[in-house]
Amino acid sequence: MIESAMSTPIVLWLSSRYANIELAEALLERVCRDRGVSEESRHWIAMALREALANAIKHGNRQDPEKRVLVTIGCDDGTLSIEVGDEGAGFSPEDVADPLASENQMKTSGRGIFYMRTFMDEVAFTRGQTGGTLLTLKKKLDTDSKRKGAEAS
Amino acid sequence: MSKTVTTRDAGDIKIIELHGKITIGSGDLQMREGIHAALAAGAKKILVDMKDVTTIDSSGVGELVGCYTTATHRGAKLKLMALPPKISDVLTVTQLITVFDVFADEKDGIASFG
Repeated sequence: MIESAMSTPIVLWLSSRYANIELAEALLERVCRDRGVSEESRHWIAMALREALANAIKHGNRQDPEKRVLVTIGCDDGTLSIEVGDEGAGFSPEDVADPLASENQMKTSGRGIFYMRTFMDEVAFTRGQTGGTLLTLKKKLDTDSKRKGAEAS
Repeated sequence: MSKTVTTRDAGDIKIIELHGKITIGSGDLQMREGIHAALAAGAKKILVDMKDVTTIDSSGVGELVGCYTTATHRGAKLKLMALPPKISDVLTVTQLITVFDVFADEKDGIASFG
């Protein structure tokens, strides 16, 4: 059971292929379903994970299949934590232009971090042990049991 | 495996139906190829039907923006229809919903071309 295994985080090492995003998303879906997370929340958490992995594969590891992406999924005290680490050269999130600025509105890229920040409670970039960027995403989980309790009160 | 993009004609309007995930490395590129093929064939009125789209990511959004720009530069009009709520949300938070002409259904979308 995923539920009982969540006392320790689930760790995945993926090669830098976009197809592997589906694998990580399926695992996240299973973890969230087992914890009663609403379909609405699952959708947006999965989107944030997809953006994190896409960035790690495309910008971090430059789609080099020899370079790996680390994915860690854990849950503690009702908060889901996801870490995505790449083996790239690292980057500064402050260098990413504001996608809402009028001059950037019609650009074809540069929205991924914005979406992550929109759909998650916390988004943090640090230097990872693998030398590249380690991205940490956190979200307080909205579970079915919590919603039922809130509706009853 | 079902196709991500299917196309059909409604008079002089090319309707491009998207299905499933419009995400990096697969659906995004197929969408671009489908729209570019319509433009290359001379389409000037393109209506993108998004009712069967389950997920779109920033790459898919970026490709959609790129297709819109390409269509405009070629003197064509690209409009969207039947956005599921989550797809609409993705375009709304980045304020792109105001860039595209968006219609509730095919009838309204077709009528908008005049």
